[in-house]
Amino acid sequence: MMAVTETTNKSKKIHPHKFLLWISIGSICMMFAGLTSAYIVKRNQANWEEIPLSPIFLYSTIVILFSSLTMYLSYKAFKSREMQQYKRLITVTAALGVLFAVLQYLGFRAMANHGILLLGPGSNAAASFLVVIIGLHVVHVLGGVIALLVTFFRAFRTRVKSYSTLPIELVSTYWHFVDILWIYLYLFLYFTR
Amino acid sequence: MSNEIALGAGAGLTTELAHEHHEHHEHHQSFLTKYVFSTDHKMISKQFLITGIVWAFIGGLMSVLFRLQLGYPDAHFYWLQDVLGKFWVDDGRITPQAYYALVTIHGTVMIFFVLTAGLSGTFANFLIPLQIGARDMASPFMNMLSYWFFAAGGLVMLSSLFVQTGPFSGGWVAYAPLSAVRDASPGSKTGMDLWLIAMILFVVSSLMGGLNYVATVLNMRTKGMSMTRLPLSIWALFFTAVIGILSFPVLFSGFILLIFDRNFGTSFYLSDIYINGVGALPNEGGTAILYQHLFWFLGHPEVYIVLLPAMGMASEIMSVNSRKPIFGYMAMIGSLFAICILSFMVWAHHMFVSGMNPFVGSVFVLLTLLIAVPSSIKVFNWLTTLWRGNIRFTPGMLFTIGFVSLFISGGLTGIWVGNSAIDIHLHDTYFVIAHFHLVMGVASMFGMFAGIYHWFPKMYGRYMNNTLAYIHFWITLIGAYLIFWPMHYEGLAGMPRRYYDYSSWESFKQFAELNRFISTVVIITFATQILFIFNFFYSIFKGRVVKDKNPWGATTLEWTTPIRPGHGNWDGEIPEVHRWAYDYNKDGREFIPQTEPIGADETEHH
Ligand code: HEM
Ligand SMILES: [Cu+2]
Repeated sequence: MMAVTETTNKSKKIHPHKFLLWISIGSICMMFAGLTSAYIVKRNQANWEEIPLSPIFLYSTIVILFSSLTMYLSYKAFKSREMQQYKRLITVTAALGVLFAVLQYLGFRAMANHGILLLGPGSNAAASFLVVIIGLHVVHVLGGVIALLVTFFRAFRTRVKSYSTLPIELVSTYWHFVDILWIYLYLFLYFTR
Repeated sequence: MSNEIALGAGAGLTTELAHEHHEHHEHHQSFLTKYVFSTDHKMISKQFLITGIVWAFIGGLMSVLFRLQLGYPDAHFYWLQDVLGKFWVDDGRITPQAYYALVTIHGTVMIFFVLTAGLSGTFANFLIPLQIGARDMASPFMNMLSYWFFAAGGLVMLSSLFVQTGPFSGGWVAYAPLSAVRDASPGSKTGMDLWLIAMILFVVSSLMGGLNYVATVLNMRTKGMSMTRLPLSIWALFFTAVIGILSFPVLFSGFILLIFDRNFGTSFYLSDIYINGVGALPNEGGTAILYQHLFWFLGHPEVYIVLLPAMGMASEIMSVNSRKPIFGYMAMIGSLFAICILSFMVWAHHMFVSGMNPFVGSVFVLLTLLIAVPSSIKVFNWLTTLWRGNIRFTPGMLFTIGFVSLFISGGLTGIWVGNSAIDIHLHDTYFVIAHFHLVMGVASMFGMFAGIYHWFPKMYGRYMNNTLAYIHFWITLIGAYLIFWPMHYEGLAGMPRRYYDYSSWESFKQFAELNRFISTVVIITFATQILFIFNFFYSIFKGRVVKDKNPWGATTLEWTTPIRPGHGNWDGEIPEVHRWAYDYNKDGREFIPQTEPIGADETEHH
């Protein structure tokens, strides 16, 4: 059984859906490239405030890194058909994704509590940019959580049994991507404060 | 055994289609799945086309209305008031607010809905699977979504015409602060909200479409169809999709910042603004130029998104109807590629007068003028393809030749405005209007007409009427030149664009008669487009029936399908490809289809 699945997925052509995913990733990259270059343009102009990032964003970085690890392990578990293990790990991954989103929110709350005006009249673009960039990234992470849940339930449908690794490969690629994207954004925001 | 099931369940439609396709599919479809929520790329293509035609009609009608104002600034059209209501026409005259709204929506609709969705959407959907030998797109479902997002965006834009404060009126580029401050103008209120929603839906639609086109071209070609055997139409549509995927997300980020400025009080684009009757705004530290950068980073590539499909189809149609291989196939691909790369590096030529550093400006002048090189290569190759060809002047071919003519005329003035020193004088005048309408607007429209006339037999199994087509061609070509050529002189004299009434300026009074002349030609030319629309719909039902599978004697794969192909395109196996798409007049044969194996004593092609 295992061998059969292996050969299907190793066929010469890359599956069109994988391809679609990779191109979408390129497109998402362009969106964030647009935002971060806007950030740089803006930063070099008058009236830019130096706003320190809340340390909570460091915790969320650790969380998302860790979730990439659990994602990888759950993918391996699926491939070796340890479905219990897979089930557990993918739940953990999704939970970590939600935790990440919560931490990002707490990060903003902490900054607001320090008297930093993020949005609204009188806010500085330096702070508003954080909301837009980090907020859009969180939306992408939450999209990943939904995709995780969908694959999760698909794998345990009783009516149709599916042994294809394709869906899980797709979500895991995406998941690692939003992780890497966050690391880029974090470093970018950290060093361009 | 189980791997089949596994792939089917996991991967959805594609594999299923590939495996169990058969021609009886059609009979089990309800009206809804066949005509409305269709996943057949051919039907989606027709949906894009007809929606595009509807939008072209609306956009064209808008231009007639604002040309009425420009050509007859003193006239009163009371009957128009009865038809359109007081917001648009007051005391028999187009109101200033309506005028700006008309100009804005005309631009938005024409560039995005007609020449992007209507053009790429139609022909990428129609030609890609048929010409590369695929049963459908990589993801037919996403393809369907792409159309429905476009349709939804269109409906939202349409609804903005009916709100009390009118549609957005700050120009198709939607520069801040007019777009960012609600109190800046009546159109900046609900009209702009709707404009933004419509455009975001549109961006999503383009992205979904583009992803699909790229994945399909790279992944789903039939056996033997290497990239260098692809027809140039496919190459062009492929590059168009790549440009769209890379530039629309940047526009999207620009829109997001705009939404925050509009709704959440941020200051990305706004600073030190005082509005009469409202007072000073609290915004500080923003810069409107930032929006211009983000907009034009899409905006310039967008003009190539509009143009490349027309270029690709022109190459294809020209070769078929000259009965000659396209001249310089590889050079055509190379120049498409060069245009693709360069189009991302020239956006600031729209901002020469925004106060940019002259040194930066000169870099952009250089990069901008470089585009002339690949553009000229293409023109040269088209002309050499025509040279000593055995030309058949079908309507499609005429529009193709018209396309080349317009592209040359408009491209030459690109070299003028590409020089920042000259552009400081010409920026925001009628010269720019003339430049981009000839090179992009009308030229791409001609590409679209060419495509429609040429592939109509494949789309509907009938021909369009030739006599009507010839009338349509000649009046449209002459009309386009009569409308836009004089605008160069107006622009050189400094006549600015987007003004409501020029008759109150001493220096522009001299153009009163010219403006009237232009407006009159506009009306005639628009009426001719109605002729085309009539021809199109009439021919769908009553046109001469196609009896020959390959009516133009073309080499490409779409003409090997049945005259009215079902979902899945080929009844049996997908044919294998043995040669490139341009074996015309080779070894004494008029044309050799791509499906024919290379003969033993056949000469090598270049
Ligand atoms: C030799 C090639 C070309 C050069 C050097 C060139 C240069 C320019 C420049 C410098 C402008 C800005 C003028 C101004 O606003 O003051 C401009 C405007 C424009 N060009 Fe071109 N162009 C070229 C070809 C094209 C092509 C092929 C297209 C479309 C397919 C195109 C579409 C446009 C449009 C739409 C605008 C006006 C946008 C607006 O302000 O509303 N151009 N061009
Ligand atoms: Cu440009």
